[in-house]
Amino acid sequence: MTDPRELYQQVILEHNKKPRNFGKLDPCTHHAEGHNPLCGDQLELSLVIENGVVADIKFQGSGCAIDVASASLMTGIVKGKPVAEAEAMIEQFRGMVRGELDPATQAPLLGRLTLFSGVKDLPSRVKCAILPWATLHAALRGEEEASTE
Amino acid sequence: MSATLQPLDVTAIRRDFPLLSRVLSGKPVVYLDSAVSGQMPLCAIERMAKYERDEHTNVHRGVSTLSQQATDSYEAAREKVRRFLGAASVREIVWTRGTTEAINLVAQTFGRKVVQAGDEILVSAMEHHANIVPWQMLAQEKGATLKVIPITDDGELILESLDELITERTKLLAVTHVSNVLGTVNPIKEIIARAHAKGVPVLVDGAQAVPHLKVDVQDLDADFYVFSGHKLSGPTGIGALYGKLAHLEAMPPWHGGGNMIRSVTWEKTTYMAAPGKFEAGTPPIAAAIGLGAALDYLTNLGLDRIAAQEHDLLVYATERLERIPGLHILGKARDKASVISFVVEGIHPHDMGSLLDGEGVVIRAGHHCAQPLMARYNVPATTRASFAYFNTREDIDVLVSAVEKAIELFK
Repeated sequence: MTDPRELYQQVILEHNKKPRNFGKLDPCTHHAEGHNPLCGDQLELSLVIENGVVADIKFQGSGCAIDVASASLMTGIVKGKPVAEAEAMIEQFRGMVRGELDPATQAPLLGRLTLFSGVKDLPSRVKCAILPWATLHAALRGEEEASTE
Repeated sequence: MSATLQPLDVTAIRRDFPLLSRVLSGKPVVYLDSAVSGQMPLCAIERMAKYERDEHTNVHRGVSTLSQQATDSYEAAREKVRRFLGAASVREIVWTRGTTEAINLVAQTFGRKVVQAGDEILVSAMEHHANIVPWQMLAQEKGATLKVIPITDDGELILESLDELITERTKLLAVTHVSNVLGTVNPIKEIIARAHAKGVPVLVDGAQAVPHLKVDVQDLDADFYVFSGHKLSGPTGIGALYGKLAHLEAMPPWHGGGNMIRSVTWEKTTYMAAPGKFEAGTPPIAAAIGLGAALDYLTNLGLDRIAAQEHDLLVYATERLERIPGLHILGKARDKASVISFVVEGIHPHDMGSLLDGEGVVIRAGHHCAQPLMARYNVPATTRASFAYFNTREDIDVLVSAVEKAIELFK
């Protein structure tokens, strides 16, 4: 992919404009803040985990379309999933946007989120796509902060 | 702008910059990022290559003809910087790695000497991190306070606040000549005069000023004036600190090592006079010589003609960008250099940056190493286009249509 327009597909633009699961859960069981020091993107995740399952999840913050759409789609796909499966998704998503695994065959848990695979061709934007996932990883581990530094 | 000024032959000038004929992502490069780094003309690139190929050795070393020739070329470049800045003596020109190192040098020598607990250092709200962090570090070390000259929404310094902000505790004023984000040209001569009236020395960050306007440090009466070579059509890794000789002589050395000493014994080391005492170790010789060649190139084109060309581009680009619905320009100072920062409603600057990149348009999207200024305008980042003497109105047309395309996509 040489044209960044290919990454800005309708799904990403639409989730950027109308992000799902936007806001804050209060009370929540898990919480973390993510920062991308390079561009100043900020993201706050709050989760309710019950019996090892992500019962609810919300995010808020400001960032670019890649970041916001990634957070919106991520919260949608992990909601209702066991924590272990969410962890596996994090690994697959990270590997995919870094170009380390093939989205067609090696990211079965990600479903349509493989549309982010094009990010690997825009190295400066990989961290934008990863930020929500790094923040989720921190929250699940009980850490309060994540950084893509 | 003088009516008799012969305009630059931009078509011919563009041939001096090989990068401008490159194709990126299938599109011809439109380089609108000179505020990040200026492109080097071929003559400077070739001068550096000639040094490395035919003349390479060290400077200030021994009696060999080769070393003497290298020293002569290197010192001739220093003289070119002196002339470019209008300094009285070549001894007032200290080579540094760039603006950042020059400011740190002053903070850690002059600053450490004059700033004590309870004192104040004054900066402005539009500073680059390079002219904030070294002073913050010094203030923290000394128990001093950093105070900030505020700006208007249009991006001009509120100079009425100056008399109140400069107190008997103020030991230094550090201010930028031209804002790297807003393009504002600050009335440096007036600011220096008002600071001097209260006995406060002034350091001027000239990184964004020297590429656009003629600087005369004696006319400005600046105590320190700093810049980077790579923003001035020169290479990276070289820059200079101008300091009034009386200041430089009174300042302690900074880095210790070879080159900066007069004699070393186990008991005691004596130091070179300025500028030598600030130049420990082997300098970037090729870079200094390359910068000298770049200064010759700019002088030959004529800084007044460069300023006229860039002003035309600034006016044209401002007019065209302002007409785009939802686009807001940050920085509307009356006196502006050819730098335009903007934000577009509903499109994050990084998305804009990627989409412009896909059209071959090279711009900067980010916080521009000026996070406090971003906070002042309540934006996370901006998109910034900056124009040099080799740019054309056609370049701006490409920028405008690429911005419009991005807006269309995000609709």
